[in-house]
Amino acid sequence: MNVIEHPNFDAAPLLSCAGVRQCFPKASAGEIVVLNDVDLTLREGEIVGLLGRSGSGKSTLLRIVAGLMPPTGGKVMYCGSPVAGPCSGVAMVFQTFALFPWLTVLENVEAGLEALGVDEVEMRRRALAAIDTIGLDGFESAYPRELSGGMRQRVGFARALVVNPAILLMDEPFSALDVLTAETLRTDFLDLWQEKKLPIKSVLMVTHNIEEAVLMCNRILVFSSNPGRVAAEIKVALPYPRNRFDPAFRTMVDDIYTRMTQRAAPAGQAKSQPGAPSIATSLPPVGTNLMSGLLELLASPHFNGHADLPEIGGRLQLEADELFQIAEALQILGFADLEQGDIRLTPTGRIFADAGLEERKRIFGERLRANVPLAAHIRRVLDERPGHRAPIVRFEPELEDSLSEDAAQETLRTVIHWGRYAELYSYDDEAEVFSLENPSS
Amino acid sequence: MTDHPYLAVGGTTVRAFLPNRWDLVATPLILGALALAFIGVRQMQAPLEVVQQATLSLDPRNLPEYALRTTLRMLAGLVASLVFTFTYATLAAKSRRAGLILIPILDILQSVPILGYISFTVVFFMSLFPGKVLGAELACVFAIFTSQAWNMAFSFYQSLVTVPHDLEEASQAFHFSAWQRFWRLDAPFAMPGLVWNMMMSMSGAWFFVVASEAITVGDKTITLPGIGSYVAMAIDQMDLGAVGWAILAMTIVILIYDQCMFRPLVAWSDKFRFEQTAAQSVPESWLLDLVQKTRFLRKLATPFGTAFRFSLRIRLPVRKVKIEGPVSSRMIDVAWYTIVAAAAAYCVWQVVVFVSAELSWSDLWEVFLLSSATLLRVAVLIVLASLIWVPLGVWIGLRPRWAERIQPLAQFLAAFPANLMFPVAVVLIVRFNLNVDVWVSPLMILGTQWYILFNVIAGASAFPTDLREAASTFHIQGWQWWRTVILPGIFPYFITGAITASGGAWNASIVSEYVKWGDTTLIAHGVGAYIETNTIAGDYPRIVLGIVMLSLFVTVFNRALWRPLYRLSERKLRLD
Repeated sequence: MNVIEHPNFDAAPLLSCAGVRQCFPKASAGEIVVLNDVDLTLREGEIVGLLGRSGSGKSTLLRIVAGLMPPTGGKVMYCGSPVAGPCSGVAMVFQTFALFPWLTVLENVEAGLEALGVDEVEMRRRALAAIDTIGLDGFESAYPRELSGGMRQRVGFARALVVNPAILLMDEPFSALDVLTAETLRTDFLDLWQEKKLPIKSVLMVTHNIEEAVLMCNRILVFSSNPGRVAAEIKVALPYPRNRFDPAFRTMVDDIYTRMTQRAAPAGQAKSQPGAPSIATSLPPVGTNLMSGLLELLASPHFNGHADLPEIGGRLQLEADELFQIAEALQILGFADLEQGDIRLTPTGRIFADAGLEERKRIFGERLRANVPLAAHIRRVLDERPGHRAPIVRFEPELEDSLSEDAAQETLRTVIHWGRYAELYSYDDEAEVFSLENPSS
Repeated sequence: MTDHPYLAVGGTTVRAFLPNRWDLVATPLILGALALAFIGVRQMQAPLEVVQQATLSLDPRNLPEYALRTTLRMLAGLVASLVFTFTYATLAAKSRRAGLILIPILDILQSVPILGYISFTVVFFMSLFPGKVLGAELACVFAIFTSQAWNMAFSFYQSLVTVPHDLEEASQAFHFSAWQRFWRLDAPFAMPGLVWNMMMSMSGAWFFVVASEAITVGDKTITLPGIGSYVAMAIDQMDLGAVGWAILAMTIVILIYDQCMFRPLVAWSDKFRFEQTAAQSVPESWLLDLVQKTRFLRKLATPFGTAFRFSLRIRLPVRKVKIEGPVSSRMIDVAWYTIVAAAAAYCVWQVVVFVSAELSWSDLWEVFLLSSATLLRVAVLIVLASLIWVPLGVWIGLRPRWAERIQPLAQFLAAFPANLMFPVAVVLIVRFNLNVDVWVSPLMILGTQWYILFNVIAGASAFPTDLREAASTFHIQGWQWWRTVILPGIFPYFITGAITASGGAWNASIVSEYVKWGDTTLIAHGVGAYIETNTIAGDYPRIVLGIVMLSLFVTVFNRALWRPLYRLSERKLRLD
């Protein structure tokens, strides 16, 4: 029933990025490269998705395109002129909705028009039309706090659409919503888009949800991390409305899972840097309960040590990104292997899953010392020092040599948690000191 | 579409202008307030002799007029504080370099005792309007301003620098102008904190307005008609009945202020709460409800609303701000720091020169000892007040029915200018021949101890029920219950209250270490009495020395004790 609207690839691009690069200064000297050499073109009639793990710089790219952040290097052109500051004709929908809580729905929608200096009668007319289109009729005088998440994001959409933008930028617009609401909003949006009821010519959206990307986009740019760059460009030629259970849809999702897990291999192996992971390899913020849970599930008779990632993600209601992080942690510790979008239990992982609490801690401790150089390093320093105490600042600079401040902090939190679980060392948060006060080993 | 209820933007009908029954109540109220304000302002422009000749009278029938004058001074001080807050704090928040200097200045201003300013400002303002009451009035308003402006500006600044990042991005992405951003984002976000701080400042300000209406600096004695000067006169003539009348008048004024100004403000500012969830208890105000239901009055206000919204839509040709390179920026920073440091050094040098011209090291030592005496008083009083009010506050706070009734009372007592009660204390001390150094001390904390009480009540009321239930299922009782359950739970609230109480006590030392009743003057050993004695003698180098030392003590006390405690409570003991 649907005519596939192929985007017009011959038309001049609405927006283009060439060689965009973004760096942030590090706490110590030097800089962290967040985005490196990114090219992107956006043409009329297409929805383009930026898909990637958290920390792959996709949100940063969206902000650069929006003119909220100047790139360190490279060029962003919109309608033939370079972008310097937020340009008219580009509107944005935020992950957190970013509504003004003290303005009513109507006032929130009008705020963008007010900024354009539209006169009051015209402003009111356009705002009501946008509210009407997006299905918010009857909520004009409500304050955002009176609305559910889904309704709030509708206000976010209405506010963006009312300024008649040529390009709509969306930053994970559905990720703060529950599964059902998110699906409703997606379908509603796609219907409006298909029926050409929206003023926009093109959409650029950031997501870490693989299915969402396949469901909505004509083109998906898959980002890899450290530094963020476009690893693959995937054209999605499936007709709208797309069916999640369509075999072609599933194949595409599996394929993207595979591409993304290839890069989910432990950082030390996947990257060009030679040798084993170093002290300053970042660790995913994954708790030991999550790891144990996934290992137990994998060891259960149903999976018998081997599972398809999209399937297990669907079963556990986990976003791909969360699942990748757990899988990555398991892989770092040598409890599981990732290949071709599948996860496979290692013999150690099997032993761990079958063991009791004390035995698990022992195994975890062994793997930690063997596979996580940072944990081994902390333990070694503690063993060497006469008082068996070392402040956290002893290790911070070592990490910040190659990680951003935030990543360094996150890695330290993870290694503290893992070390405490394994009773490899203890940590006093108030004094910010590692010590060997309680550990058994 | 045209018949849409929200489309009638400019469309007005005759009916829309007709007063409804709410107008009938609200209009006289507002007209009355305007008329009173007009009368009060007219009187302020009178020449000075008129005031000094028409001496005050202790006839209670004059009190309404005096109360009106006092109230208008408060209002003027509040408006000045708001203007200051909006400009100073905005500048400090928007410009990094300005912030580098403005915020430390604010910090210093905050620790200078409020009554310390007045000896200088009176002379200054009198010279601005020679022969007019206006000069003296301005000096008094300035005293109120100094008691309110600093923490309002701090609160506003804090809000401005913590505006949520996503809203900031949204206002950028939708091309808000600076003016539009200020009124659509910054000011609304800061509003609840600002209103709360206004209320707190106002409570303190009653104390200072009363203290600064009748002041003697050297050979000049300035008396402005008001409740404060009425009490000063009653003290002079040893008329305890008149003091009673003044206390009654003050009580009524504070209640009216609360009902007609702060209740509506708090209820209104609730709309700007940032939490995205609906609140459980919404502050209410009958006056706000009344005005919101009027038709005629609201229509009268429409043009202002339209003009305001029009101003938001105005676009000025915006110049693009160039992002400067890190190198040049660093060099400008260094230059800026150097200039600021030089200016600060120059100011300090000026003070040193001024003071050292007439004073010697022994004076410094004397003031140091006196300040230590005041410090001892403040510390002991805070401990005593805590020992009394923490258990009581916890007891009340855990009983919602009691808390509901006591909380407004505690807030009222905090607002009540305690200096009106001083004569009573003096009479008692003289009658029973008590030790002045010991028994004047409680006056310092008379007005500010309530901050401890109502913060502790608030903390105990907010203590999570599940934690209380857990404590009782595990049979945690007695001292262990205090130590492990409730004291950590209310600690952040207690600290907030104690900081306010101690700040107030320092400020009050100037009036409470030096008290009079007729010809009897009680002078305790302390830096407050030192400042007050020298103010009356007009000995400026000693006033400066006293104020500098007092400020220094306040600053060190805050840095060494309160700030670490506050950090501790923020970091470790927050329940949310």
